[in-house]
Amino acid sequence: MEAFFATGFGHLVLVLLQTLALLIPLLIGVAYLTYAERKVLAAIQLRKGPNVVGPFGLAQPFADALKMLMKETIIPTGANRLLFLMAPMLTFSLAVLAWAVIPVNEGWAIADINVGVLYLFAISSLGVYGIIIAGWASNSKYAFLGALRSAAQMVSYEISMGFVIVTVLVCVGSLNLTDIVLAQRHVWFCLPLFPMFIIFFISTLAETNRSPFDLPEGESEIVAGFFVEYSAMSFALFFLGEYANMILMSAMTTILFLGGWLAPFGIEPFTWVPGPIWFILKICFCLFIFLWVRATFPRYRYDQLMRLGWKVFLPFSMIWLVLTAGVLMIFGWLPGAGT
Amino acid sequence: MPPSLIEYLPILVFGAIAAVISIAFVGGSLLVARQKPYAEKLSAYECGFEPFDDARRRFDVRFYLVAILFIIFDLEVAFLFPWAVGLAKIGVFGFLSMMGFLAVLTVGFIYEWRKGALEWE
Repeated sequence: MEAFFATGFGHLVLVLLQTLALLIPLLIGVAYLTYAERKVLAAIQLRKGPNVVGPFGLAQPFADALKMLMKETIIPTGANRLLFLMAPMLTFSLAVLAWAVIPVNEGWAIADINVGVLYLFAISSLGVYGIIIAGWASNSKYAFLGALRSAAQMVSYEISMGFVIVTVLVCVGSLNLTDIVLAQRHVWFCLPLFPMFIIFFISTLAETNRSPFDLPEGESEIVAGFFVEYSAMSFALFFLGEYANMILMSAMTTILFLGGWLAPFGIEPFTWVPGPIWFILKICFCLFIFLWVRATFPRYRYDQLMRLGWKVFLPFSMIWLVLTAGVLMIFGWLPGAGT
Repeated sequence: MPPSLIEYLPILVFGAIAAVISIAFVGGSLLVARQKPYAEKLSAYECGFEPFDDARRRFDVRFYLVAILFIIFDLEVAFLFPWAVGLAKIGVFGFLSMMGFLAVLTVGFIYEWRKGALEWE
């Protein structure tokens, strides 16, 4: 077996198996995130949520998927057919593609590339294309306006996200995701870089078009935004892509600020629990906050959104980056400074 | 394949699987579900009446402005990545050079702020 996996073809098979071992739980996770969202929102609003299909409504996501599959795919007359069908596929593929570099445990990253953060940043930036293409190809006014809004919003918050990531990199001195997690053995970055943690989390809300920043799909103004014209499975792909992105952003928050797979404080009773469990628990914690925020806050206005992104987060994260780098420089605390 | 690129093989596999899954979803739905299109169903949604004209029309110039500003600042962030990683090696001189660069950009940022490029009413 060992010898087989050492050959070229064997290596490919091994990678394929690893990929499936990550993707299948991920897709099930995405399905149950939609269920969790409905249950959490229901609990916050003192309702019951889905509870008919299966025990506690646990089969609800699969019933939904089956329903989507049986619906008619409507391609509007004015649309660019190819681009119209391609956009949701692109969104979904990109949301999945980013998972190739996520380290679930020490040495468990499927592609442990040395520019992991840069790769994640690049893939999450490409997410704008799916939305722009969808809005353009639909040839519908609501879709067009929704896509424009969404694109402007995503690029605005990406800048502050970039600054936050660079601040973490200054503290780590490496672009590798495993190194970033291991650098947090003594203290998780959410404590010393607390303001940046908050900015990053709010930016991920804006980046995934979640409330209170869900203006691109503000149903009271532009019905559903860029995916008004979508139906059936191409709609489901957008939906899956959005939820996969939420999980991805939570994973990024976990890796950058919450110590990845590391147990809290690194002390006895916590270290008995294996790393991947901690990783999943932390992701669930972030996702719960996503849902909690959605249940609590009203939607932002567009000018408020842009003001927050450009006039508050951008200058603040820039100043904090300079401060962090300066403090590390003056006290000689830079990683690798001694060598 | 050079050994430095072999690490990127899983990404290729991921991409292939993602493409297969998404095509299978959409294709499966097209095959399984009954398709019964007609003109009204296929017209773009516009609150119950026929769409007036093409949707690809003029839009607010602010969106262009945001895109242009984004390019400037995103390039800056891209420039900061290698700086942040190598900060210990390039020392005080490297740190101060980047501060100079950031100062120039901040001047531009203040200018655009005062000019009202960041205002949305």
